[in-house]
Amino acid sequence: MSKKRMIHAINDTLDSEMAKDPSIVLFGEDVEISLFGDTRGLKEKYGGERVRNMPISETVMTGMAVGAAAVGQKVICHMMFGNFMYTGFDSIANQASKLRYMTAGQISLPIVYMGVFGGGRSSAAQHSDAMHPIFMNLGGLKVVLPATPADAAGLLRTAIHDPNPVIFLQAAGRGGEMGEVPDGDFAIELGKATKVHEGDDVTLVAIGAMVRPALKAAQLLAAEGIGVDLIDPRSLVPLDTDAIFRSVRKTGRLIVVDEARDMCSAASHISALCADQCFEALKAPIRRLTVPDVAIPYSPTLEKAILPNEGSITNAVRTLLRKKSLAVEV
Amino acid sequence: MTVLCEDTNFSSERLLGLYRDMLRIRRVEERLAKDSRAGNLPGPVHLYIGQEAVAVGVCANLTDDDWITSTHRGHGHFLAKGGAADLLMAEVYGRETGICRGHGGSMHVADFSKGIIGANGIVGAGISIATGAAWAAQLEKKGAVSIAFFGDGAANQGVLAEALNVATLWKLPVIFVCENNGFSEFSPSNTVTAGNIVDRAKPYGTAHESVDGNDIVAVAQTASRAIRRARNGDGPTLIEARTYRLHGHVEGEQTFLGAEYRLEQEVSDWRDRDPIPALASRMIDAGQAAREDFEHIEAEITEEVARAVKFAEDSPFPDPDAQTANFMFA
Repeated sequence: MSKKRMIHAINDTLDSEMAKDPSIVLFGEDVEISLFGDTRGLKEKYGGERVRNMPISETVMTGMAVGAAAVGQKVICHMMFGNFMYTGFDSIANQASKLRYMTAGQISLPIVYMGVFGGGRSSAAQHSDAMHPIFMNLGGLKVVLPATPADAAGLLRTAIHDPNPVIFLQAAGRGGEMGEVPDGDFAIELGKATKVHEGDDVTLVAIGAMVRPALKAAQLLAAEGIGVDLIDPRSLVPLDTDAIFRSVRKTGRLIVVDEARDMCSAASHISALCADQCFEALKAPIRRLTVPDVAIPYSPTLEKAILPNEGSITNAVRTLLRKKSLAVEV
Repeated sequence: MTVLCEDTNFSSERLLGLYRDMLRIRRVEERLAKDSRAGNLPGPVHLYIGQEAVAVGVCANLTDDDWITSTHRGHGHFLAKGGAADLLMAEVYGRETGICRGHGGSMHVADFSKGIIGANGIVGAGISIATGAAWAAQLEKKGAVSIAFFGDGAANQGVLAEALNVATLWKLPVIFVCENNGFSEFSPSNTVTAGNIVDRAKPYGTAHESVDGNDIVAVAQTASRAIRRARNGDGPTLIEARTYRLHGHVEGEQTFLGAEYRLEQEVSDWRDRDPIPALASRMIDAGQAAREDFEHIEAEITEEVARAVKFAEDSPFPDPDAQTANFMFA
């Protein structure tokens, strides 16, 4: 174990995997100087052929990842901001997610499309989206959102060696967060949720950057005698539905906290699955704590008002529990 | 006696081979046109008839270790690169024995064992994929090249500009082969395209050549020069091959189009320049072949196509219960 920042956990993982496997290549805009620090030093170590700065050309970049992976490379395509994945969307949506299926499994496409996502830093509408639901809906992509340095390292290591395209989204502005990271070739299987806090009264499923405020809320509520079962799915495709269903069947209440806009969010998908599969266990309506269907605003007062936070999560839990008790009294 | 080609690479035997390869494409597609009219095909087909000299002339310089990406009009590229007629036919018929086991269809035929990364239903999408494959080829240093076949319609996608820039900057072994067949779907090229497509290489300093796409020898020679440059590490080339699409954008278009978009006289003028009989006449005039040689090839191809059709017709449709959703992920 060693204490590391999230960004260093990612950097160390990229470094150790590139050292072991010469078929891993990494490219993207400014990956040599590295805006976030996650790819810093890799060009010096692995050379300009394997670690390459791209022109600002997302359309060709996402497709080059498909071409290079289709003929045998393990490709890490660094998109910088997740919003830029929209700019290069065709090759993710029409090519990477479909090429294996429509050629009847003739090939695998080991690609990691990585980028940062989410708001909270006044980066405004075109640098702050939580875009994971869009990728969840495409079918042929895995979608991974680590919430801690250890998870970032362990999930990224798995993603790099996964033979399928993986969307790896790290919460923007959270690269400096510290955490204990196991040493060595530490890997986390995709599709395995982690229980962040144990409790019996309500299940909170929190995604990506929402895990931290959800944990704070859980700790606060514990002091009031409210038991929160907090689950971080870590990957949305594949999704550890067993862990979520188990918890919901135990608590009978579910709130999903997701930084995506509400419509067709990961929250709405998880809610629908639980309504289908855990209906008889439910003691209260399922709640989604998401972002309203608006663009992310610039001004801090406006942005703060629409992102779920410790306060809104705590209130949502209290309200849900009150609702139940009222219903019983009636 | 006129000399057909002073280039000693073009023996009678080789030219007859090119003729055979063009004729195979023609007869396969004439059969598909007939099948389409009869309502025997599950989906749409976009035929390559009239353009055969481009695919065959370029692919004559390639091996199975080289890569091509193709288009929605991709049967010709598939066959020219060594894809099998029976596997193509079965795929277009939607059968289990097709090259993609009925999962891809006409627009997505691919055979990775032959270096065919895939036809593509998104206009221009193969450009970035071929560029990425060329990056992989450059890393592997085995002298492989990749070819992006695309049309004049795709030349108006921004991805071509991005690809020319990065491929030239990185000296990637990729050849961009633009088949200018006169039409962007149903729009004559001159109504949607400014300037000459080949000139789009100039600002990037990319090598470029234009060639008569109906002259198989000229195409093969032009492609040979470009491929030699690419294999030698001298970077990409943009080739504009001027040709003509003798059939419509999609078979059966007359049933839904409200108006004609080209003159019958134009079609018949280009029919007079059909690359297949043109090669036969030139060889006969040059004393490099006799009429019987072509009759013999015609008989061979007729039999091959009949076998392919029978193979397809005798094959079962895929079983929906066969769990082929597993193709989504490796």
